[in-house]
Amino acid sequence: MSTILEMRGISKSFPGVKALRDVNLSVERGEIHAICGENGAGKSTLMKVLSGVYPHGTYEGDIIYEGEERRFARIADSEHLGIIIIHQELALVPLLSIAENIFLGNETSNKFGVIDWNEAIARTRDLLAKVGLRESPNALITNLGIGKQQLVEIAKALAKKVKLLILDEPTASLNETDSAALLKLLVGFKSQGITSIIISHKLNEIAQISDSITILRDGATVETIDCRTETISENRIVKSMVGREMSDRYPPRSVEIGARLFEIRDWRVDHPFHAGREVIKGVNLHVSRGEVVGIAGLMGAGRTELAMSVFGRAYGRNIRGEAFLDGKPLDLSSIQRAIRAGLAYVTEDRKSLGLVLTEDIKNNVTLANLPGIARRGVIDNHAETRVAQRYREMLNIRSSGIFQKTINLSGGNQQKVVLSKWLFAGPQVLILDEPTRGIDVGAKYEIYSIINDLAAAGKGVIVISSEMPELLGTCDRIYVMNEGRFVDEMPAAGASQEKIMASIMRQYGVAA
Amino acid sequence: MSQKSNSQAAPSNASYWRNHLRDYGMLASLLLIMGFFEIVTGGVLLDPVNITNLILQNSYIVIMALGMLLVIVGGNIDLSVGSIVGFVGAIAASLMVYQKIPYVPVIVLSLVLGGIIGAAQGYFVAYAKIPAFIVTLAGMLIFRGLTGNLLLGQFVGPFAKGFQSISAGFIPDFRDFGLFVAADGQDQFYWLTMLIGIIGAALLVLVSARKRMRDAAAAMDVEPVALFIGKNVIFALLVLGGTYLLAWRKGLPNVLVIMGALVLLYTFITTRTTIGRRVYAMGGNRLAAELSGVRVERLTFLTFVNMGVLAGLAGLIVAARLNSATPSAGNSFELDVIAACFIGGVSASGGVGKVMGVVIGAFFMGVMNNGMSILGIGIFWQQVVKGIVLLAAVYVDLSQKSKR
Ligand SMILES: Nc1ncnc2c1ncn2[C@@H]1O[C@H](COP(=O)(O)OP(=O)(O)OP(=O)(O)O)[C@@H](O)[C@H]1O
Ligand SMILES: [Mg+2]
Repeated sequence: MSTILEMRGISKSFPGVKALRDVNLSVERGEIHAICGENGAGKSTLMKVLSGVYPHGTYEGDIIYEGEERRFARIADSEHLGIIIIHQELALVPLLSIAENIFLGNETSNKFGVIDWNEAIARTRDLLAKVGLRESPNALITNLGIGKQQLVEIAKALAKKVKLLILDEPTASLNETDSAALLKLLVGFKSQGITSIIISHKLNEIAQISDSITILRDGATVETIDCRTETISENRIVKSMVGREMSDRYPPRSVEIGARLFEIRDWRVDHPFHAGREVIKGVNLHVSRGEVVGIAGLMGAGRTELAMSVFGRAYGRNIRGEAFLDGKPLDLSSIQRAIRAGLAYVTEDRKSLGLVLTEDIKNNVTLANLPGIARRGVIDNHAETRVAQRYREMLNIRSSGIFQKTINLSGGNQQKVVLSKWLFAGPQVLILDEPTRGIDVGAKYEIYSIINDLAAAGKGVIVISSEMPELLGTCDRIYVMNEGRFVDEMPAAGASQEKIMASIMRQYGVAA
Repeated sequence: MSQKSNSQAAPSNASYWRNHLRDYGMLASLLLIMGFFEIVTGGVLLDPVNITNLILQNSYIVIMALGMLLVIVGGNIDLSVGSIVGFVGAIAASLMVYQKIPYVPVIVLSLVLGGIIGAAQGYFVAYAKIPAFIVTLAGMLIFRGLTGNLLLGQFVGPFAKGFQSISAGFIPDFRDFGLFVAADGQDQFYWLTMLIGIIGAALLVLVSARKRMRDAAAAMDVEPVALFIGKNVIFALLVLGGTYLLAWRKGLPNVLVIMGALVLLYTFITTRTTIGRRVYAMGGNRLAAELSGVRVERLTFLTFVNMGVLAGLAGLIVAARLNSATPSAGNSFELDVIAACFIGGVSASGGVGKVMGVVIGAFFMGVMNNGMSILGIGIFWQQVVKGIVLLAAVYVDLSQKSKR
């Protein structure tokens, strides 16, 4: 076996932050090499150095790829040599079709530069089949969920002649089934001689498929574990990542469920563009004070749509149904009213719906509750600074300070800023949509603790998650959603992954 | 996870410089270009008479740029401001000259009219969701046309002294109360103006020193001491020098006072108020702002109303300065105003921009206009130069950003 890639002594700084310090990485040809580390450890930065996003000269150290030292000046240089990176934040053009996105800058054109769309569409169909995405090549990206977009990205990489595929948290927004399919895909690539580097916070997947794992902490290499000589457990990785043993993934929680806090009855929502097409079909949901309820379901089950339609009609139209808070009818006709009534919705799509990327951490944290730091419309700068500092410390947001622009934060730290914003809004009912997407093990534990604290303080929490262990570990009761309906409801105590899947499958008449 | 793994560097002087480079860069280039024209015009640029002129010529651009800042930061644009200047000026002139209505109610009416025009356009942008570019392009045509119809090619004027004094007037001085009157044959020095300058400079230094001390106490990002002192000395000298020169002329022009007050007001609005904060959030990410409870429609509407009022005020100032309303008043002002914003570092995609930047941008344009006019450079070449400077300023700005 030969070494396809070696990165030696890589260092990279940003104003106020040393993101990488003398990092070494060595990848064998045809292996699946995982990179693990906490949020802000420098994983994405290292991959951006490798792929030429940060060109030669903006970092220190050497990149040796296929036996030669490489100095990439731009992404095209690395792509040319078969290094394809799929970024953590997807980069598809929303208003173009799947086929157009896949062949963007890589068009199958004839010698006159005219694109042969029949050919492109046929090839797209092949590629989509390879990644297991059942969508028309002509479907627009904007109409696809974030998970399906991920598959399109992978199809796009396959369309190029890839030798080294880099995936930055590819499964973060996928559910278990789709993740498993994707991982199988990677293993399949291996037999075709394609080398993969994968970054993920889902350590079970890492432990399952990796041939070796490099661990970063605070921008430096901790170690590289060879999984072919050593059987690897998740706990082994965690220990190396955070520098100490972590025995429990879920904080202990004493449940004390009080009076019914929030309830929706016969909630129905139509699609925003296709009039008359019901997306949410008569949902009944309730959450009591001190209770954490989960909503499980497959991608496209309508969970986000449900949550957003409840949150001041942020999604859909012709919304019908009743809502109650503390038994009293509730007016949820605008986002302002929903917030004032004590609702908060933490989006799953932090970049386009969660953050104002041009603004710093401080301004994002206080945005949903400006009256909380202002008097008669005038902001108290110091109160605001204190608030931002508090959340930065509480959630351990890795940054050069609260004045760092959120666009420069690592993905997981961006997520923490969005969460901070809604915690500061002081909600009665907190709806969390994939709250731990892209978040490291330690920070997950922190977030679960915060959920517990909120519940203990008599608030109601609704968690939407594609990670079933997370629902099982944090919730008291779980709704199972499928195709716009709640198809089952069960106490978490007696629930299991199999039971949840079974109630989804029953819908399709499949015996579980 | 109590382990604090933040490997944050203490904000060093170097990083402070890098973060605020463009603020100082802009100020430095304004000073540079002033120095340049001062030399090539042989000292005419900073002559007291010319300084007064420069301020008069620029005041309405600065005033409108304040409104435009909010419009652009909010993610829109307003192409109609030049036409509103002409239209409001024409209405005001007609009311005063033909209807013999006293100027005080006319001023109030004109500002209201500006607000109504802004509201009408704001309605179409915010609620009817027509792109601002289209709405205000229509407004630009409509109000220019209405101005022409109203005036029928005539100059309408002159106006009462009181009205003219908006532009041509100066604040009263001790002299008006019989104090410090210069002896015959000697130039009059306006002591009150100088006094205001001294107090102003002192306040400036005091306020920023206090803010710095408090910020440092709250562990906020403060500039290095040397830079702080340097900056304050320069600002104080600018204020003192400016008022000194003006004091040798006729004292503080009224427009300068209006403009100064508005600059302070809008600095406050943009940096310290919740409404200002929301405008920036809306321009930076409309969806995220909306989901955080910002009423984006109403806010967009308000930025246009505000723009209309300021354009109305500019219309009055322009009319007062020319002592008549003319069909071409305000022609192509929108371009100067928008250019001032972009030279001043406002982002065309919204969410980014500062009052100080815009003021500097406006004066940058003003000094170029004025300097080139003194040199007798033709109006067409002036346009060429301004176009190049606009492009260059934004180019430098963007390439600096991508380097980081
Ligand atoms: N453009 C930038 N400007 C300033 N700081 C940056 C920039 N990009 C990254 N950083 C900082 O570099 C550090 C490493 O970021 P990076 O994105 O590599 O983390 P990561 O390991 O990928 O984390 P995550 O798991 O959250 O995605 C972070 O502290 C981040 O704030
Ligand atoms: Mg990352």
